[in-house]
Amino acid sequence: MRKILASAVAATASFASAAAYAAQPVEWQTTFQPAATGIMEQITWFERYTLWFIVPITLFVLFLLAYCIWRFRASANPVPSRTSHNTLIEVVWTVGPVVILLFLAIPSFQLLTAQYSPVEEPKLTIKATGNQWNWDYEYQTEEPLSFNAAMLSEKPEERKAAGKEDRGAYPRLLAVDNEVVVPVGQVVRVLVTASDVIHAFAMPAFGIKVDAVPGRINETWFKADKEGLYYGQCSELCGKDHAYMPIAIRVVSDAQYTTWLAAARTDLPGANKALMAETDGAAKVAAAGN
Amino acid sequence: MAGAAAHDHHDHKPKGWVRWVYSTNHKDIGTLYLIFAIMAGCVGGFLSVMMRWELAEPGIQIFHGLASMVYGVEGDAAIDAGKSMFNAFTTAHGLVMIFFMVMPALIGGFANWMVPIMIGAPDMAFPRMNNISFWLLPPAFILLVISAFMPSAPGAHGVGGGWTIYPPLSTSGQPGPAMDLAILSLHIAGASSILGAINFITTIFNMRAPGMTLHKMPLFAWSVLITAFLLLLSLPVLAGGITMLLTDRNFGTAFFAPEGGGDPILFQHLFWFFGHPEVYILILPGFGIVSHIVSTFSRKPIFGYLGMAYAMVAIGAVGFVVWAHHMYTTGISLDTQRYFVFATMVIAVPTGVKIFSWVATMWGGSISMKPPMLWAIGFIFLFTVGGVTGVQLANAGLDRSLHDTYYVVAHFHYVLSLGAVFAIFAAWYYWFPKMTGYMYSSAIANTHFWVTFVGVNLVFFPQHFLGLAGMPRRYIDYPDAYAGWNMVSSYGSYISAVGVLIFLFGVFEAFSKKRVAGASPWGEGATTLEWQLPSPPPFHQWEQLPKIK
Repeated sequence: MRKILASAVAATASFASAAAYAAQPVEWQTTFQPAATGIMEQITWFERYTLWFIVPITLFVLFLLAYCIWRFRASANPVPSRTSHNTLIEVVWTVGPVVILLFLAIPSFQLLTAQYSPVEEPKLTIKATGNQWNWDYEYQTEEPLSFNAAMLSEKPEERKAAGKEDRGAYPRLLAVDNEVVVPVGQVVRVLVTASDVIHAFAMPAFGIKVDAVPGRINETWFKADKEGLYYGQCSELCGKDHAYMPIAIRVVSDAQYTTWLAAARTDLPGANKALMAETDGAAKVAAAGN
Repeated sequence: MAGAAAHDHHDHKPKGWVRWVYSTNHKDIGTLYLIFAIMAGCVGGFLSVMMRWELAEPGIQIFHGLASMVYGVEGDAAIDAGKSMFNAFTTAHGLVMIFFMVMPALIGGFANWMVPIMIGAPDMAFPRMNNISFWLLPPAFILLVISAFMPSAPGAHGVGGGWTIYPPLSTSGQPGPAMDLAILSLHIAGASSILGAINFITTIFNMRAPGMTLHKMPLFAWSVLITAFLLLLSLPVLAGGITMLLTDRNFGTAFFAPEGGGDPILFQHLFWFFGHPEVYILILPGFGIVSHIVSTFSRKPIFGYLGMAYAMVAIGAVGFVVWAHHMYTTGISLDTQRYFVFATMVIAVPTGVKIFSWVATMWGGSISMKPPMLWAIGFIFLFTVGGVTGVQLANAGLDRSLHDTYYVVAHFHYVLSLGAVFAIFAAWYYWFPKMTGYMYSSAIANTHFWVTFVGVNLVFFPQHFLGLAGMPRRYIDYPDAYAGWNMVSSYGSYISAVGVLIFLFGVFEAFSKKRVAGASPWGEGATTLEWQLPSPPPFHQWEQLPKIK
């Protein structure tokens, strides 16, 4: 129990920095992670919108049940009615739900269509290949860049060597050795496949999730509006280490992305370190400035 | 007239084990099914408590230890074996609860016991087939248990592919014999269910008492009739799918292997063409049971009887054309997703009719809150909670974020673990006095309800939050931020386990106290035919068929 209290306190304390990253789950969270794309904003809006229907409906049913139990208890109502039909009310409770479903369906179909309608032609295409139990990424640029991303080791010396000792920014089970780096405010197309069994490429803050199926290439896209480091996890059972193949995407400025991409072709660890020095340093300055 | 049957010279029954193993009596076979379901439920419940214990805190708590106890591995090998073992536990929990607990309890148990009595039939249409339906289940269960100790993936034991057994994880991903044994187990359990379904359809169509038209038939019989059709139409598709899995694994075919021109997604279509009707198979008999209980304890006829019956027909029919809502993230096209969103939302309409008709049945009634009624009302509320999250998940655009997260786990446990299971306990407390002749302790039954109600809601409600926060399903370990709600969920599971112990104690108490229940302990509200027979009913009933006005 003490451990839990301590972690709750820690969660409150770290909330400010976690919110600055807008990228990973926080303790006792009860809603979606903050949206980093327009699509996720729409998903978040639609989820809240559905709650305006389903919560009152559930409370209404609960109220009716409670009212019946109290009002028509045997001691208060010893002689039951024999009513077993009422055409009007039966029509009402058939047509009523149909109308409610229409109110849900219209924005639902709009959301679904938006997810398949990139706002502009993608400039960058990245292919993600799921393996047991890590991801291969391939930047389909003029000079291709490809690398593997696996979960960051928990060994302190390896975290230190990678410069990722900060467990707030690089949490256990979410941090990886090589993040995907993309430019902010640009549409990025993601092609998703797998080399062995089915995996799923998911990024909660972006509102995307697509299965990585061997022999098939699935496509999705995102346009990240906020710079930051975002985390997702494999979302289709893929065997022993299903829980240990996270996805990390670092959204940076256009200039930072261009610099990183040029450097990464020859020296990926060096390019990542240089980028981290800029972004993590900036985040720390921002947190201190606040 | 019931008394006359009891004195009939045909009322001799075989003695000892012959009575049970050779049984062709629907009530004895129903009892066997119920005992089997209780034992399988304890196994499935044990698996779930172990998983919740594991998930109570971040990191690996117990499964490396369990793996080293069961499989005799040490060190890093134990951790790897433990991770695989966790996957085997999730898989086995799903398969055991679906095929060996809920279906045997509702269909094999309560339907076998009560449908012939309720429609005024002396027994099932094919009594010997009824026997083989039951006796196929223990071998199927034993095969599944053996599979847990067989190699699957390298360094792993037991089927770890989830109850959905998607290839290639269930083919090239787990080459060992564990999966083959599990497939055989499903074949046998499926054959058992198909035989049972044929038996129910024949019985209900041909053996109703004179005057009992389909439109006068009790709703439980309606629900079982519809369930039997769903079984008959969907299980062969599963059988075909898993047979193709078997040949892909062993005979070099490539139905689902892309390197041989096959398609892993084809299996998902076949699986969910079975799998979605299957979830209605699990819940429809519960609908029938709850209708009778609400009517009995409100002392009122069911409101909108025909609407209730045809709502179930509609749910069953539409249930066959919504399967790909389990597959929104597999890459199916935008138009395909649009259709499945639409079709899935349609199901909310007949389901709403049922909920409101139950409330209307209570409205104006004379309600006594006996234990079966408590469980039935618990069912209505919790099923509503699971139903409305189902409406959310029907929307492909929103499901994109919730698919394969704990939100889905919360949703389907609200409709199954809290829906179907509450219906099973409602039926148990409703018909226990009829089946055994003894009345249980209401105090124990009510305690059982409240402990279970609090426990299961603590387990599953926080899982909505975990799902929204993004926690994926089928994870042995999770980022530390998910620790809080996981701890609450685990404590809920321990409380639910205490509920099971209270249930078992209540059964023991009822049999040891031997309080005589009488023919119709629930009074004048109980109008179906089983309450006209003594408790327990004679070995053979309705030798003179009842006449229905």
